[in-house]
Amino acid sequence: MHRLRSISHHSLTRPSGIFLIALAVLVAPRVYAVDPVPPEAPPSLELQPRSLVFGAPGSAFVTVYNRGAAPVTLNDARVVSLGQADFTAEPVRHRQLAPGASSTVKLTYQPGSRVRRQSFAAVELEYEGNSTAAAAPGKHIQTVALRGGEDLSLLTWLIFAPLLGIPMLFLWPRGRERQLRVVALLVSAVPVTLAARMVAMFDPLFKRADGNFGYQFVQHVAWIRAFNVEYHVGVDGLSVGLVALTALIGFIAVLASWSIPVERNLRGYFSLLLVLETGLLGVFVALDLFLFYVFWELVLVPMFFLIGLWGGPRKEYAAIKFFIYTLLGSVLILLAIIALYYASSPTILVDGTAAAHTLDIPKLVHLNDFSGHPALLGFRFVNLLWVLLFIGFAIKVPVVPLHTWLPDAHVEAPTAVSVILASVMLKMGTYGMLRIGWSILPEATRWAAPAVSALGAICIVYGAFCALAQTDLKRLVAYSSISHLGFCLLGMAALTPLGVNGAIFQMLSHGVVSGLLFLLVGVLYDRAKTRGLDEFGGVATVMPRYATVFALAFLASLGLPGLSGFIGELMALVGSFGRYRTAAAVSAFGLIIGAAYNLWAIRRIHLGPLPDRWKTVLTGRDLDGREWASLLPLVALTIGLGLYPAPIIDAASTSVAELLAMMGLPSLGLGGEL
Amino acid sequence: MLSNVLSNGASLRPFAPELVLGIGVLVVLLVGLVGKGGSRGLLLGLTVAILAGAAVATAVTRDEATRALFGGLLARDGFGDYFKFLFVAAAALVALASVSTDEIGAGPSDDRAVAEYAALLLAAALGAALMASATDLLTAYLSLEFISILSYVLAAFSPQRPRSAEAGLKYAIYGGVATGAMLYGFSLLYGLAASTELNAVRVALTAAPPLVAGTALALCLAGFGFKLAIVPFHMWCPDVYQGAPTPVAAFFSVVPKAAGFALAYRFLLGGAAPLVPALGPATGWAAVLAALAAATMTLGNLAALGQRNLKRLLAYSSIAHAGTMTMALALGTESGARALMLYAGIYLFMNLAAFLAVVAFIHRGVGETVDDLAGLGRRAPLPALCLTLALFSLAGLPPFGGFVAKFAIISATIERGATGGGLYFGLAALAVLNTVVALYYYARVAKVMYFDLPREGAGPVRLAPIHVGLLGATTLAVIALGIYVPPLSSLVAASAGGWAGR
Repeated sequence: MHRLRSISHHSLTRPSGIFLIALAVLVAPRVYAVDPVPPEAPPSLELQPRSLVFGAPGSAFVTVYNRGAAPVTLNDARVVSLGQADFTAEPVRHRQLAPGASSTVKLTYQPGSRVRRQSFAAVELEYEGNSTAAAAPGKHIQTVALRGGEDLSLLTWLIFAPLLGIPMLFLWPRGRERQLRVVALLVSAVPVTLAARMVAMFDPLFKRADGNFGYQFVQHVAWIRAFNVEYHVGVDGLSVGLVALTALIGFIAVLASWSIPVERNLRGYFSLLLVLETGLLGVFVALDLFLFYVFWELVLVPMFFLIGLWGGPRKEYAAIKFFIYTLLGSVLILLAIIALYYASSPTILVDGTAAAHTLDIPKLVHLNDFSGHPALLGFRFVNLLWVLLFIGFAIKVPVVPLHTWLPDAHVEAPTAVSVILASVMLKMGTYGMLRIGWSILPEATRWAAPAVSALGAICIVYGAFCALAQTDLKRLVAYSSISHLGFCLLGMAALTPLGVNGAIFQMLSHGVVSGLLFLLVGVLYDRAKTRGLDEFGGVATVMPRYATVFALAFLASLGLPGLSGFIGELMALVGSFGRYRTAAAVSAFGLIIGAAYNLWAIRRIHLGPLPDRWKTVLTGRDLDGREWASLLPLVALTIGLGLYPAPIIDAASTSVAELLAMMGLPSLGLGGEL
Repeated sequence: MLSNVLSNGASLRPFAPELVLGIGVLVVLLVGLVGKGGSRGLLLGLTVAILAGAAVATAVTRDEATRALFGGLLARDGFGDYFKFLFVAAAALVALASVSTDEIGAGPSDDRAVAEYAALLLAAALGAALMASATDLLTAYLSLEFISILSYVLAAFSPQRPRSAEAGLKYAIYGGVATGAMLYGFSLLYGLAASTELNAVRVALTAAPPLVAGTALALCLAGFGFKLAIVPFHMWCPDVYQGAPTPVAAFFSVVPKAAGFALAYRFLLGGAAPLVPALGPATGWAAVLAALAAATMTLGNLAALGQRNLKRLLAYSSIAHAGTMTMALALGTESGARALMLYAGIYLFMNLAAFLAVVAFIHRGVGETVDDLAGLGRRAPLPALCLTLALFSLAGLPPFGGFVAKFAIISATIERGATGGGLYFGLAALAVLNTVVALYYYARVAKVMYFDLPREGAGPVRLAPIHVGLLGATTLAVIALGIYVPPLSSLVAASAGGWAGR
């Protein structure tokens, strides 16, 4: 370790910092004018300006200049938009423009309803009489992009705030490494405040009919025209809770990283943690498949290094296994994304330019029907794509039998990384299933739902039995994650309002509870340097406060009514009972095994006699202030959500209702919710 | 069928880039002979200046219309221009990297050899530019031989290392046989067409007996395959890359490959178009190319898994990338051409970044095996970071340029699959699975650099400033291309339309 310390103070830190600032400047999103519309060559008609932004309802003018040598006829000015009729253009009927003359077209922005949203549209100006030799005669079209409403770059700042903090870490003077933790904490507090603002401004009743296909805080610009890729971000009921959870867990993870020694390259550690947070936040808000995929893959490299450099004894094995296994899933998703792209129908980009295909998730969901696509390689197109997507997301969830990377990755990762992995990263899989698989391919989802519910039941029971068999506390919690996410699958497969809402609630609840669980394991490991369940006993006698929180967390994991775990599991079970009786019954049996391993863990750690070797190590070392600070928010959430789940469920229910409306399933006749 | 054919005199202005390069060769040689021979920095700086001049000449003499030069021997069009910019950029980066390296010549103080080296580099760039513009069997063969012979000499440019001479000899023997076979194929095509123009060849192939046409094309593929280092003509590649001086290996991994792809594309879509149908089910030669692509990707990646020598590992990695680019070749579509050009451009930067890191490390005595890199994450943080980012870009991970490149080619393949059937979907699936396999050996290098402890007594490594600058610049380019694609993609779009001889 000494040898390492002496060569870690190398004088390339400052150039590294400058290099990283350059990197940060490049990585920071150039949201506007990233890929300008290629001008019609050569235009004799010039439009000023090419894009208009309306802050408030009102009018503005686009001036049309005739730069050519012959008169031009303006045939029509049409507003094209997908979703809302907030913009109108002054009627232009065959207006003549002499060479050198100019004319104006009035555009008005009048949002129809009181609903707060961002509006996007484009004006198509059709004209003929372009006299330049090289251009073909006939009708031509130029577009002007329009944007109205509040420009809340909230989501963009939310996603990239962690990245912008990284240069600060690298420019921090050498020798003051202890302060790096505080710097990282402050940087990770920014997404929390932005997420809180987002949650406060979120409208649970915002529907697709209200505009922007039902997404809020939308930002939408063209990014890479060559592939019809756009930077399109927004949240709806499915993702708002996950975004808030990610921001909170990112903050708590930095708190949990205090125990990492200063010599272990804190700059690198926190930088990777912040990049990871950016990737996770980006996944949940991305509404363009390319953008979604970029953020999806962005989390792989930081996780690889975080596990491999700061992890436990078998860290390299766990890191490379995680990397390759999840990359395999990701490339299958990539294949499906590209296939969807080429099967989609022509549409327009946000600024009006025509696009032969689209990667935009709302457009793929609402404006494309793939069920009639010709068969691919002998399989029904939608089914084949759905299976590819499902395998890719299932590796992330993880679904048995694709789960073998999880126990190793969880156990070998440092505490903070385990917390992020369990609380947020696993939800990427289930969220991806809902957002992409369920929404874009509803017919295939109906076809596969029985299999998914069976897989959910298997996950629940198998995960529970595996957890029961573990002797390492962290491994036990890892397998319990597999079991809990089985409830998500069960609820999602049920395709009933209660089921899917239960799945979303379970995602959030499990995020909170498993965060708690891994933090608690970390607390014990920091002191005892071991996690063997058989090595402990009677810890409650020397660490009573720790025992209280420990018991609360494991009871929440068990599904005790009054804590959040119960709500999610109950909703998923009841929601699926109508359709998949067997799966629901088997899963209910899994609850019993869940009770078994959770209670047994509490007993083995906290009850009974305390072995002598722990008497000196653990006495007087109950939870300290920092650990309380990291545990309390999650404890409060667990209890709060368990007693009052309504806000969360209300936030999601509109989006879930719209999702299920697309499924076209007959009602079960068991009452409104089921 | 050629439009806009220029006579010899009128061809000189569009031929300006090549003229600049050719005169530059002589200038560099002269400067090297005069007086004490000139210092290494002066000669290589002069080389970079000449290359910049060639780039300026290309930009200045660009034209929307495609022109056939010298009565149809060469073409001056957007497609060739794009590749010329790539070659100039690659040669300039290699020349700059060679300023601080011991591998060129008989030793660090052998500056006289640098003049020859610089001249050879310029001449190789010239040969590549000619290859990218060849529309005639004669010029195709001449330019390919030109750059090949230069490559044999460049590979042997480290006389004090026996591996270098072995590499040069191996390359020469292999190349001689391959280009000889290609020449025989060309002679068969000439026999069918009674003219060496690619257009005439295309016309003749529509009516040719299948056995003759097939034999001719197979022999031609031997030559192209050798230059592109695709299976089964790849055996020379790892040994030559390992033996040659590392800057030269860097040059080999980019310039002759890209030139080979440009020439192969012109040949297959121009001359041999009847055999590579652009639309309809994949038959005959499209299937052969697809099979070659699949074999190359797979073998390149699988063989790289076991490599301990860094240069051999990068050699097999470049074989795998050549396989992916051959996949674009098998498509025969416009979007395939654009994807190939985009891939070549991004591949240039990420591959050169990786090789430049190896040049820099070898120069400071770190060694050329993967295990020699142990602990570099602490010993040389910034260069190790650059190498890691370059390797992850080669693996095709977002948000780096390598992902955009892979996305482009796989998209084009799946798009072709809609009309061409299952073969192309299988290719695309194989390509993505190879990505996963490839990740293992790229991540292993990163793992050794960061996870392993340095050896006893291994202290911090300070790289030569020029190497640090080059590494930083290429890595920034790799990252920028992953996020800000428009500059390259609009250049590609502007260039892909121009096709002389259509």
